[in-house]
Amino acid sequence: MKTSGGLWKECLQGRLPQPLGAEIDKFESEVLLKKQGKIDDKVFAETRLRRGCYGQRYDNGQRHDGKETQTLDYPSDNTKGPGTMWDAPGMQRIKIPYGGLNAGQLEMLAALSEEYSDGIAHITTRQDFQLHFVHIEDTPALMRRLASAGITTREACGNTLRNVTGCPLAGVCRTEAFDVTPYAKALAWHLLGHPDTQEFGRKFKISFSGCAEEACALAHIHDIGAVATVRDGKRGFAFYVGGGLGTVPQQAKLMADFVPDEELLPMAQAICRVFARLGEKKNRNTARLKFVIQKIGLEEFRRLVALERSTLKAEPRWTEYLTEVPAYREEARRPGALLEISGALDVEFERWRKSNVYEQKQSGYVTVTVTLPLGDITADQLRALADLARKYTKETIRSTVEQNLVLRWVSAAELPSLYEELKAAELAQPGAGTIVDVVACPGTDTCKLGISSSRGLAAELRARLLGKGYELDEAIRGLHIKISGCFNSCGQHHVADLGFYGVSRNKNGYTVPHFQLVLGGKWEENAGSYGLAIGAVPSRRIPETVDRITSRYLTERQGGETFHDYAKRVGKAALKAMIDDLTSVPPHDVDRGYYVDWSDAREYTIGDIGIGECAGEVVTPIEFQLAACEREAFEAQLALEAGEVGKATRVAYESMRNAALALLAWRLIPHDSTPDGILAAFKHAFYDTEYFFDPFTGGKFAQYYFAAHERRSRTSDAEQAHRLIEEAQLFIEASHACYGRLSAQKVVAA
Amino acid sequence: MDIQHFRVKLFATADSRPHLGDAIAVFHRWIQHRRLPELMIDVSDYEHVPSGPGVILVCHEAIYGLDQAKGKLGLVYNRRAPLNGSVEDRLRQAVAAADTAAGFLEQEPEFSGKLRFDRKAWEVSVNDRALAPNTEATWYTLAPVVRGVFEPLFGPTGYSLVRAVDPRELFRVTLSAR
Ligand code: SF4
Repeated sequence: MKTSGGLWKECLQGRLPQPLGAEIDKFESEVLLKKQGKIDDKVFAETRLRRGCYGQRYDNGQRHDGKETQTLDYPSDNTKGPGTMWDAPGMQRIKIPYGGLNAGQLEMLAALSEEYSDGIAHITTRQDFQLHFVHIEDTPALMRRLASAGITTREACGNTLRNVTGCPLAGVCRTEAFDVTPYAKALAWHLLGHPDTQEFGRKFKISFSGCAEEACALAHIHDIGAVATVRDGKRGFAFYVGGGLGTVPQQAKLMADFVPDEELLPMAQAICRVFARLGEKKNRNTARLKFVIQKIGLEEFRRLVALERSTLKAEPRWTEYLTEVPAYREEARRPGALLEISGALDVEFERWRKSNVYEQKQSGYVTVTVTLPLGDITADQLRALADLARKYTKETIRSTVEQNLVLRWVSAAELPSLYEELKAAELAQPGAGTIVDVVACPGTDTCKLGISSSRGLAAELRARLLGKGYELDEAIRGLHIKISGCFNSCGQHHVADLGFYGVSRNKNGYTVPHFQLVLGGKWEENAGSYGLAIGAVPSRRIPETVDRITSRYLTERQGGETFHDYAKRVGKAALKAMIDDLTSVPPHDVDRGYYVDWSDAREYTIGDIGIGECAGEVVTPIEFQLAACEREAFEAQLALEAGEVGKATRVAYESMRNAALALLAWRLIPHDSTPDGILAAFKHAFYDTEYFFDPFTGGKFAQYYFAAHERRSRTSDAEQAHRLIEEAQLFIEASHACYGRLSAQKVVAA
Repeated sequence: MDIQHFRVKLFATADSRPHLGDAIAVFHRWIQHRRLPELMIDVSDYEHVPSGPGVILVCHEAIYGLDQAKGKLGLVYNRRAPLNGSVEDRLRQAVAAADTAAGFLEQEPEFSGKLRFDRKAWEVSVNDRALAPNTEATWYTLAPVVRGVFEPLFGPTGYSLVRAVDPRELFRVTLSAR
């Protein structure tokens, strides 16, 4: 929409690093061709995704305004993908390998956020930046300007190798084996646009950690999690493979406990080749690397990778960078010196210092975390931070997976003056990495798949928890809250102490925003374990849920027990009982607040649902039946917790079957009441007709039920049972959604 | 210079004390009732960002916002789509759009008695560094345009203009009328 795109092209001509410049020229031609209708929608969609240009909510030209669906009448009826209007604003994702940034790059991001977006730059849970409300025709100029600052958007979205993440403390961390930075950088640039990463059926994520114990790079949730290891004085990496969150999360498995550093790039490349060859291409729901490993087993996967590695033609880039690794070191602007405080303590400064300052392994230096509420920062703040990065450091800045920024190599003696300057820029909020530092995905604000407002909830929780400030006990302050707007887990809710993901429920004839509470996840040990949902609570009552659970933890914990251990000890049944009374929803005319999401004012919908004559203030039998299925899925969790794997598997499967049965009974569909009969009738009535499908996941959750039915007489291990419980919960959620959609159609028809 | 993309901010009076979050309901209502001529798309809440864009109403042609950038509350009209007419006409249209939206906000029950705009305090920026970098040259080009729009309102000597000096910022002038 800017008329100045051509000016940037002219002024940056010949000044962009290659091949980035040529890539952008190519993309610009594709944009022009699409404008002229000369490229197919699907092809263009993948093309733009590979350049980080993602769709945004309402880009199909329809939006429910709380009363009715309005058509957004964009000037052009061209599209930029199937059902995606050309003029609809979109999101631009910007890759920041291992989170590394300099001051000039912050200034560039500031300029672009003002000129092409809404003045806010947002940091994601994978160290990327995102700009929202960007017009597709502005993206080539935006990309050129980024490239001029050494940043690319290439392969930021789509079925590609996404941003390579790394510990923000790499090189300064007290527990690391060695600095992973040069390795992460080399791998990110080696595989960018590499022919071996172009044929994936799904996205692929790599992270680098300096040690196994901390959580900074979350190795276990990645397709490849490389953890630094030293063996006999030689540097290398433990390779964990096949991890991922998404709908059904999977912990990465140890593929090799020591890959020498010269083998890092070829080994990763070999894994990419196996994934490109064996990964599912048609059904995106089973296309991540974790499914390949599930299917063929880790041993076979190892064998195939080794075989692939042996056939690879050596590339100079595999080892060229290694000659510079020993000398690689970030430098400080000022000499390191210890902080000496004379006079009365400044309480605010001390609070901030306690939560936001990390003592580096290099004496006299600290790393300072700049806490960004919900990962958002303004253009003015980015410029102020660039100034401070120049003044106090040699521009050693990193973004973090907790959606913050850190300044490394600050001389500890200068903390008071840095604090004052951060305060002037409104960037000195304390609480980094604590319960107030709530992490959230974009959710319904901008994401097309969002079900509930993760950011709205995060802002509310943050405000309330900040209000309590330091009344909160130390044990509670150290907890992590992570929120996703739907089951896709972009907010990483599985690895939080208190995780939430958005769902909806039909109550009293209306749709009500809810969040599933996920407990049992572990942030430490590189995302050491995944939690499971224990029950859906109306969005309105989540703040009370947090209060309730944390207060009980505080009064009932034994000694220095962590929240994770406490939750394990008291068990899911007791935890669920703590919040059971918070799950009820008052009628609409008693409290309309329940029917509106956080940061919104519209009556909540997940589609164009209206209220008809059939929607009385009564709970229909299917609502009871689906609630019973949720209870069964929960009982499966309890069984798993008690080590009764067989029972857990059986009950989880039965909860799915009963949800299918509830739908059949609701629609009065005749069926044979054997398990086969229920499945056949469900398949015929809901799957083959696509009534069960939602616009984004299609029939994926029904397939979970079909697969569980197939496997029901086989024995499972604990990991398989855990997965089945996740699948059962998702199938029941989908049954709720199906009921909601079909009742709305029934209402409309009436 | 074929300047586009004016960004105009009309400052609130010093005694205004609105609850920013109330703008969420107001803007959603504007979408429901198609209150503005633009194609209104959605509302975004940035109350949590200190000195940030506040609450914004995203339209195809522009972004409106009850903004608190640099710690000063005001109504922003940030033009995104190109406009026809002379550069002065474009600025005039942006100023008129901001003024109209500000008037609407003042009439909303949520803001009654809590939000007034000071129509003698404006800020004009150009949201495009290629067309209007924050330089002296841009100032010489644009000062007559800004004067052309505001002189009919405040007279030739009834106001002052101050240009922001940080070259990294957007070209931006603040206008204070007597
Ligand atoms: S978790 Fe869901 S709502 Fe959140 S960003 Fe991912 S897909 Fe969107």
